[in-house]
Amino acid sequence: MQIHSPEFKQRAGDALDNANLQRALGNLRDGFPQKRAAAVARMPEFEQLRNEGRDLKNHILANLDFYLEQFEDNVIKQGGQVHWARDGEEARRAILEICRNAGAKTVTKGKSMVSEEINLNDYLEANGVKPVETDLGEYILQLREDHPSHIIAPAIHLNLDDVSDIFHKKHNRPRSEDPAELMQEAREMLRKQFVAADVGITGANFCVAETGSTIIVTNEGNGDLTQTLPRVHVVITTIEKVVPTLEDMTLFLRLLARSATGQEFTVYNTLSSGPRRPEDQDGPEEFHVVLLDNGRSEMIGSEFQEMLRCIRCSACMNHCPVYGAIGGHAYGWVYPGPMGSVLTPKLIGVDKAGHLPNASTFCGKCESVCPVKIPLPKLMRHWREREFERHLSPKGFRFGLGTWAWFARRPGLYRWVSRSSSWFLKRLGGKQGRIRSLPLGKGWTAWRDMPAPQGSTFMDQWKRHQQTQQQKNKG
Amino acid sequence: MTASSTTPPTAKVGFFVTCLVDMFRPSVGFASIKLLELAGCEVEVPETQTCCGQPAYNSGDRNSTRAIAESVIDAFDGFEYVVGPSGSCIGMLHQYPDLFEPDNPYFERARSLAGRAYEITSFLTDVVGLGTLQARFEGLVTYHDSCAGLRELGVKTQPRQLLSQVDGVELAEMNEAETCCGFGGTFCIKYPDISNRMVSNKTANAQATGAAVLLGGDLGCLLNMAGKLKREGSTMEVRHVVELLANMTDQPAIGESAADLAYNAGGH
Ligand code: SF4
Repeated sequence: MQIHSPEFKQRAGDALDNANLQRALGNLRDGFPQKRAAAVARMPEFEQLRNEGRDLKNHILANLDFYLEQFEDNVIKQGGQVHWARDGEEARRAILEICRNAGAKTVTKGKSMVSEEINLNDYLEANGVKPVETDLGEYILQLREDHPSHIIAPAIHLNLDDVSDIFHKKHNRPRSEDPAELMQEAREMLRKQFVAADVGITGANFCVAETGSTIIVTNEGNGDLTQTLPRVHVVITTIEKVVPTLEDMTLFLRLLARSATGQEFTVYNTLSSGPRRPEDQDGPEEFHVVLLDNGRSEMIGSEFQEMLRCIRCSACMNHCPVYGAIGGHAYGWVYPGPMGSVLTPKLIGVDKAGHLPNASTFCGKCESVCPVKIPLPKLMRHWREREFERHLSPKGFRFGLGTWAWFARRPGLYRWVSRSSSWFLKRLGGKQGRIRSLPLGKGWTAWRDMPAPQGSTFMDQWKRHQQTQQQKNKG
Repeated sequence: MTASSTTPPTAKVGFFVTCLVDMFRPSVGFASIKLLELAGCEVEVPETQTCCGQPAYNSGDRNSTRAIAESVIDAFDGFEYVVGPSGSCIGMLHQYPDLFEPDNPYFERARSLAGRAYEITSFLTDVVGLGTLQARFEGLVTYHDSCAGLRELGVKTQPRQLLSQVDGVELAEMNEAETCCGFGGTFCIKYPDISNRMVSNKTANAQATGAAVLLGGDLGCLLNMAGKLKREGSTMEVRHVVELLANMTDQPAIGESAADLAYNAGGH
C-alpha cells in the first residue's frame, strides 16, 4: 500500500466532507461498540481474561526467540517449511519463489493485513502471478482498486450502493441492491477462482509453537477454501503472532472474538498443521510459513515493546472517536486507528507518520477496551517525545510551547501573563461574554466561540478575598 | 454540616486551582473552596502554583514537564491532600512519578503527591463526607464524563451522587456520555476540524436530552462544549458541577453574559 500518512490533515479533512463515508462511519460507531459491550457483559470474568492475555503476551515477548524456534522445529516436523524474512522485500521474494516453483498463474488470498504491509498484490501482479482476494470485503476492494480502511472489516468505508455499482460494472450482470443476491454473485465468481488457483495465501492470527500450526479465524469460510484447495499453502505472518500452546491460543481466541465483533467465537477457526498426510482427505501438498520481522524485533526492549501484544482485534479503532470521525484511509497506510498510530511510525518512519500519534485527544477509550491492555495513549506520547527530540514538531508550535513552559516555571511572571491575558480576553468578549474570532486562535474560533474569562484571575481575587477576611478579623 | 468521622475536621488541603480556572472561571475555584470548607477542611492556595504541565507532557517535551512537575511538587509540600476541580490536571499529578528516575529525590516526593491528589468530586465523596448539601437548582441537567477523570481516576458516580443531593435537580443522561468531546488540549488547535466533528456529536447528544444545563468537571471540555453550543446558537447553559453543588449559580454560565443570565432566568 502506498504511503499517504504525511497527508493526514488533508485526507482527514476530505473524509469529514465525504457524506457517503460519514454515513458508513455512523454505522460502524453504532455497531461494533454495542456488540462488544453486550459480549463483555455476558462474561463476568472478561477482565480477568484481559489480565491473563496481557501477562501471557508479556511472557511470550520475553521468550520470543525460544517460541519461534520451537514453532519452526514443529513446522518442519509436520513436513512444512519456514522462511524467515527480515523485511518486506525478503518476504515478497520468498513468496514469489514459492509461486514460481509451483508454476502458479493465479493465487487465491485470504484476508491478510501483513500482505498489505509488504505490498504483496502489486508485486505478484508485476511478476506475472494474479492474486485473487477471497474475503468478500477484500474482493470488493480489489475490484475497485481500493484498499482496506479497517483491519477486520476492510470495506467498512463503503455503502451497499458502492458494492452494487462495482459488481454491476465488473461482473457484467444486472445491478442488484439485494445483499443476499450480491453475496451469491460474489460466491459464484469466486468458486471458479478457488478451483483454478495453484497457490493459496493466507495470514495467521496465531502460530502455535507446540504443534507448528497456524490458525486463521474468519466469518465467511473463504479461508478454508483458500488453504485447502490449492496445491500449495503459504502463510504470511509476523513474528509476534507466536503462542506457546493450543490452550494459550484459545485464551486469545476468546478475547479476540468478543473484542472484535462481540461474538463468543468466530464462525470458522481453521488450523493448518503441515501439508496433507496420506490419510488426509484433502489439504495442500506443500505448506510454507513466511515469518516476517519488518522492524518488530527492534521494538523488543524499547519503549514500544507493549505494542507487540496486539492481537489485531480492532476494538481500539472501533471505539476511537477520531477514527469514527475520519475513517481508516485518512491515516494513509495499512494500520489505522490507535494501534496504527503506534505501529505505523515504527514501520514507515515517524518522519512520515508524525501526524498519527499526534491526532489523538488521549481520551483513553482505546486502552480501556484493548483485550491485552496495551497503553496506547502512553505509546503515542512516546512517539511525540521522539518527534520533539528530533525537532520534527512544527517550529511555531515548539516556540509557543517553550515560551509557555518558561513562564510556567516562574510563578510571578506567570501570574502577570495570566492576569493580562484574562483582562485582554475579557475585553474582547465584551458584553457577549464570548469571542467569535481570535486572530491567534483560529483553530478554535473557526468552529466555536471562545468563552471569555469572568474577569480578574482566581489568584488575584483570592488574594483580595484573603485581605478582606484578615481586615474583618482584625476589626 | 458534619464531616465524616474518618477525617479530622481540620484536614489540611492545598487547593490546586488549575490554569484554566485561574484565567477563565475563578468562580469554580471559589465554589470548590466553599465545598471543601463545608466538608471541614482547612484550605490553602499555595501562591507558587502555576500549571500541571500537561501541555508540555502531551507534546513530548519531557524536560519542561519535569521542571514544571518539580515546582508543583514543591508548592504542595506538606499538605495532607491536594484537591483540584479537574480530573485532567489531577490525573497529570498522578503521572509525575513516571517522570523521575527512582534515585531522583523528586521521585518519592512525586509518589507522595500522587497519593494525596484528588479530583474535587471524588475527594468530597471518597475521602471526606460532605453531609447534606444546602443547594438548590431548578431544572433538568445532563452530565459529560470527561475522559481523564473517568478513565484515569474513576470519576463517574461521585458527581452524580453529589448532584442527587441538590434540591430540584433532575439528571437526564445523554447518549455516549463517556465519549470524548474533542477538546484534548492542543489537539483542538492542531486538528480543529476533527475536534469540531467530535464536539458537534457531543453537543447533539447533550441537546437531545432536552436538558437546560450541561455539566461537567473539567473546564477545558466545558469551554469547548460551551463554545460550540454558543456558535450553534443554543441556549443550553454550560457549568462546572461544583457551581451547582456550592449553590453558586449567580454568575453567567460559561460563554454567556449577564444579559443571557437574565434572559435564561426569565425563560425557564
Ligand atoms: S491495540 Fe489492542 S484493541 Fe487495538 S487491535 Fe491491538 S489488541 Fe485490539
